[in-house]
Amino acid sequence: MDFKFDIEGGNFSNAGTASSDVKKVLKKLNVDPKLIKRIVVSIYEAEVNVVAHAYEGEMNVSIFPDKIIVRIVDKGPGIADIELAMQKGYSTASPEVREMGFGAGMGLPNIKKNTNELNIKSTVGVGTEVELINYLN
Amino acid sequence: MIKVSQILDVLNAQIVCGNTDLNQDIDFGFASDLMSDVLTIDSDNLLLVTGLNNLQTIRTSEMSDIPYILFVRDKKASEEMKSLAEESGITLMECRYSMFRACSLLCNMGLEPVY
Repeated sequence: MDFKFDIEGGNFSNAGTASSDVKKVLKKLNVDPKLIKRIVVSIYEAEVNVVAHAYEGEMNVSIFPDKIIVRIVDKGPGIADIELAMQKGYSTASPEVREMGFGAGMGLPNIKKNTNELNIKSTVGVGTEVELINYLN
Repeated sequence: MIKVSQILDVLNAQIVCGNTDLNQDIDFGFASDLMSDVLTIDSDNLLLVTGLNNLQTIRTSEMSDIPYILFVRDKKASEEMKSLAEESGITLMECRYSMFRACSLLCNMGLEPVY
C-alpha cells in the first residue's frame, strides 16, 4: 500500500496534514496505538523540518504487513553536517520557526528515538532525503 | 489524577471545544510552549498547559495523542484551532491565570508530573 503527499515549504498552517492523513490510515489498519504514536511523531517531526527548512518536499509512505517505510525528500538548503544536526540542541531554524514552537534542535534526535531505522542523505544546495523504517510487529 | 470539573472550578477555566463531560479523569500534566519538547512525551491521558496558541499546538497534540489542552494567560484558540481540535477529539480549555499559577494549582490538586 503506497501513499504520496506533497509538503509546502514555509507554510506552517498546513504543516502536519500529511502526518495526520498517515495516522488516519494506520488507525484504519488497526495498528497498535503506541506504535502509531511513535510513527506519526517521527514523521511529523520530519514534515515540520521540510516546512521549516526547505522550499518543497514530498512524503512517500509504503505500508507492508511487517513494516512501514516513509521517505521524505525535499528540495532545499540541505544539511552540511548530519552528525552535528543529530546532536540535541543544534538548530539552524529561523526565529519564525521558533515562534511556532519548534527549532530547538530536538527534531532529528526525537525521530531517531521513535524509529527502528533512520537513514539521512543530504546534498548542500540541493536537498535532503530522510528514510524512516518502523517494524509493525 | 484530577477531574476536568476541578480544573474549571479552581482555575476559573472554560471549555471552549471538545468533550464537555466534567467527570473525565486526567492523569498527567505537562507545561511547555516548546512543541518539540511536547513531542518527546510518552505519557497517556495528559493535559498540556501552554501559552502557545497556534495550529501547531493542536497538530502536535494530535500526533502525541494528548486529549486535553489548557491555554493560560487568556490566550484564545482560533476557530481554525477549534475545528482541528474537534476533528482530533481534543478538548480545549482557556483560563486567565499565568502558566506558573495554573501549574501550581494543578499540582496541588493532584495532577501528576510526567518527569
